[in-house]
Amino acid sequence: MNLQIQIDEKNNESFVHLSGEIDVYTASELKEALLPLTMKKGHLLEINLENVSYMDSTGLGIFINALKSAKEHASNLKLVNLQDRVHRLFQITGLNEVMDINTTIRGVDG
Amino acid sequence: MESFDFIEMRFPAKPEYVGVIRLSLSGIANRMGFTYEDIEDLKISISEAVTNVVNHAYRAEEQGEVTIGFGVYDNRLEIMVADRGGSFDLQDIKEDIGPQANEESIENLREGGFGLFLINALMDKVEIKNDSGVIVLMTKYLEKLGVGLNDDHVSTGQ
Repeated sequence: MNLQIQIDEKNNESFVHLSGEIDVYTASELKEALLPLTMKKGHLLEINLENVSYMDSTGLGIFINALKSAKEHASNLKLVNLQDRVHRLFQITGLNEVMDINTTIRGVDG
Repeated sequence: MESFDFIEMRFPAKPEYVGVIRLSLSGIANRMGFTYEDIEDLKISISEAVTNVVNHAYRAEEQGEVTIGFGVYDNRLEIMVADRGGSFDLQDIKEDIGPQANEESIENLREGGFGLFLINALMDKVEIKNDSGVIVLMTKYLEKLGVGLNDDHVSTGQ
């Protein structure tokens, strides 16, 4: 019932690997980790959700905030390798239309 | 009267207990024979309702509680989440809750974003009572019994 956040920074890109659960308990830690990374102009922030086994609307809120901040600071935010269950939340809420989401690993259509 | 088991649990309304509440629900739903997919839907729904209590129901200095009730029926699971510590009187609550949530209570719950929207999408029936506190009553039917109440069920693509 925890969330591990691993950040690798390379030049103009940051790769964030998340594993565990994203809910109201782990939310603030994740928010604090992501926001500074969205504030660098021209930066690419790629968040890998392959090992996120549970997420709810708290997680959606964090990624929406991060996306807003990225747009404000002219950086880019991308979510990759979402599990089907997690990807489904973005589809139900229509957020897959506004976020850059790549789900190649699990072969989800769309 | 239809027979059922009723389980009630009370937790401090704190973020660290939301995962514990999910695990409790998981155990009950698994015992009832819900599919993996349905259990995941149930976990999100109960977390959304509890998160709403944790975030909004109490001021920071208050030590609030969230009360969870599970009504275990042959063909469905009813989940109640209430934000004022008092015990449930199941019959009272059911008589008091309208078939549809009114607009005002939806607005209140939506402060957190997509929470109530997801509950509505993932559960078969959602009712909300909002006077002295907020009570969310959510129902999910066991699909294997072919109850035919899942017409508005969100497709999982199968």
